[in-house]
Amino acid sequence: MKSQISLAFKKCRKENRPALLTYIVAGDNTKKKSLEILKSISEYADILELGFAHNAPTADGPQIQNSSYRALKNGIKLKDVFQIVKNYKKIKNSKPCILMGYYQMVYKYGERKFIRKCKQVGVDGLIIVDLPFPDNKKFSRLCKKNSITFIQLLSPTTSNERMKKIIQSSHDMIYYISMLSTTGGKLKISPNKILKNYFKVKRLSKAKNTVIGFGITEKTISSFKKADGLVVGSALCKGISESLKKRQNPVIKLNKMVKKLKSRIT
Amino acid sequence: MMKIKKGIPLIDQHDKNGFYGGKFGGNYVAETLKKPIDDLTKLFEKCRKDKNFIKERDNLYENYVGKPTRFIKLQNLTDHLGGAQIYAKMVSDANGGAHKIYNAITHAMLCKKAKKKYMCTDTGAGYNGKMFSMVAKKFGLGCKVFMGTRDMERQKPNCDSIRKNGAEIIPVTSGSKTLVDAVSECIRYWVSNCDKAHMGIGSLVGPNIFVKICGFSTSQISRELKVQLEEEFGKIPKRLKLINCVGGGSSAYGFWSEFFDYDKKHIELIGVEAGGPKNSKLHAAPLSKNSKIAILHGAAAYCVQDSDGQIDETDSCSSGLDYPSTSPIHCYLKDIGRARYSFATDEEAFAAYKLVTELEEISPSLEPSHSFAEAIKIAPRLDDSNIIVVNSCGDSLKDKDIIKKRLGSYSR
Ligand SMILES: Cc1ncc(COP(=O)(O)O)c(C=O)c1O
Repeated sequence: MKSQISLAFKKCRKENRPALLTYIVAGDNTKKKSLEILKSISEYADILELGFAHNAPTADGPQIQNSSYRALKNGIKLKDVFQIVKNYKKIKNSKPCILMGYYQMVYKYGERKFIRKCKQVGVDGLIIVDLPFPDNKKFSRLCKKNSITFIQLLSPTTSNERMKKIIQSSHDMIYYISMLSTTGGKLKISPNKILKNYFKVKRLSKAKNTVIGFGITEKTISSFKKADGLVVGSALCKGISESLKKRQNPVIKLNKMVKKLKSRIT
Repeated sequence: MMKIKKGIPLIDQHDKNGFYGGKFGGNYVAETLKKPIDDLTKLFEKCRKDKNFIKERDNLYENYVGKPTRFIKLQNLTDHLGGAQIYAKMVSDANGGAHKIYNAITHAMLCKKAKKKYMCTDTGAGYNGKMFSMVAKKFGLGCKVFMGTRDMERQKPNCDSIRKNGAEIIPVTSGSKTLVDAVSECIRYWVSNCDKAHMGIGSLVGPNIFVKICGFSTSQISRELKVQLEEEFGKIPKRLKLINCVGGGSSAYGFWSEFFDYDKKHIELIGVEAGGPKNSKLHAAPLSKNSKIAILHGAAAYCVQDSDGQIDETDSCSSGLDYPSTSPIHCYLKDIGRARYSFATDEEAFAAYKLVTELEEISPSLEPSHSFAEAIKIAPRLDDSNIIVVNSCGDSLKDKDIIKKRLGSYSR
């Protein structure tokens, strides 16, 4: 059976556009609000990534760090993250959900228990930022057994030989990091250059849904239309920060932002 | 139970995934860092076998660090406590005032070999940052030092030195604003700039290669100590205790590395962590207070954490020990029982500083004051056939404001 994630990509391909993947941190700024945000942006997004916050993140830029600290300050726990997914999945036409975070949280919870819980609440995919190949082989197999897509990352520093191995061991989705950066950095290289690198990867991963992430914003997204999918994270986290600062409702702001992002790629 | 293999440096006794004892250490890093870490690993393995590289390093240790640092008897302290004979290895004699210089030198040499123009590193007490800034200047390299703003306030003298040497301090304001956040920020910086920057981690922590480079460097301390012990006693004393403070554990590893192969009844290794303020729940003693394993800064190690896996806040009067985790190597040494770990509270460290500086012509910083606190605790219970050696691995000058505030005066 095809995964919900694969089906989402298939649908977008039919519509001749890339899939739009959003990223927000669970519990930013409260459990209730982030559930509302998910429900609201799910009108336009194709796949929802949800971060589970950790307080020693080694690969996140300032925007996502802010979101994570906000969520933690408001007392978010892993059990709340699962609850948010569970409640989100109850709505009609819910979209596939990918949880993303650091290995420490999984390790502490217990790998098996974590995956079982994911399956139970309806998580479709997992990205563990600091569990690279080949150390992730066992975890990846466990995910597969439980019908959860384990999503590996590729970076501009990944050698060709390594890339082949990672692709070979990957499930139905791959995440290409656009540039040397933590999340949310300004685009350091031109979209054309990124696309060129992306298609080098794509040639090796024809059968896999390969998305581009890091540094994609309202301004840059339309340059990447040819990719299978595009992830927007830091820009949305920044959106939440801004609306909180202005004492506005982040739900409305995020809905508008994601609507606009979608319009730029259709 | 796993055993230490004799005749092989302990830093090399990891499995192919970088784990010591099957579970401590590893390489939990973002994909972007896999290649730079791989490159650095290959470079380091090549250089450590290269006679010219070692010759250049030894030359720097001798003429730039000043080798060997003194090994002295603390006769007044020994008489005062009336038990074991107490000695100190004065690693604070090293250029810059602490053991951090050894690791910094290796990193600068590797940075040059990698043809990178600048280094980034973390610092807590400011000593690692200071040493990196010194060697960067000497080698004509740029240098960025990540430091928590709480540590910038309490370790000002070292901040002044870092800046005077022309390095840039990047203040870190996230989390607890101490070493743990400085290391996170430094790693994040490297993720974004690994094509241009060389990263050095300031202790025996981080992804496997950084543990190895650091241990390789600080082991100079015990090579010197071994010779000095033989000179002083004619042979290695029968009942020897080597006491060292443990934050990340670079100083302790360097102090002990020649002695792991000895039986623990012959040479006892005692690590002293920061117990924090006496009446506080907070501490920085994951080994001696039996914390569970966490993945932090690329490695699995005992670490102060909450039930959900978030890294817990720590507290200690000494910035250098104020770190929630520790080295995978010390976790391994604890598990197999080769080293014993205890802690000293802030109060005990200050009391030890006071007693030692009143009786002797030395002035240890607050980190080694924790080691002296342990020596003061155990010496009276032992007879004079026991030899205690304390690694006095840092100079107190950086702590003068804290000491003045706490004890009323500071004289040097
Ligand atoms: C003087 C001194 N001693 C000890 C330490 C603790 O580090 P480690 O355990 O790596 O020796 C530091 C760290 O900054 C230090 O400056």
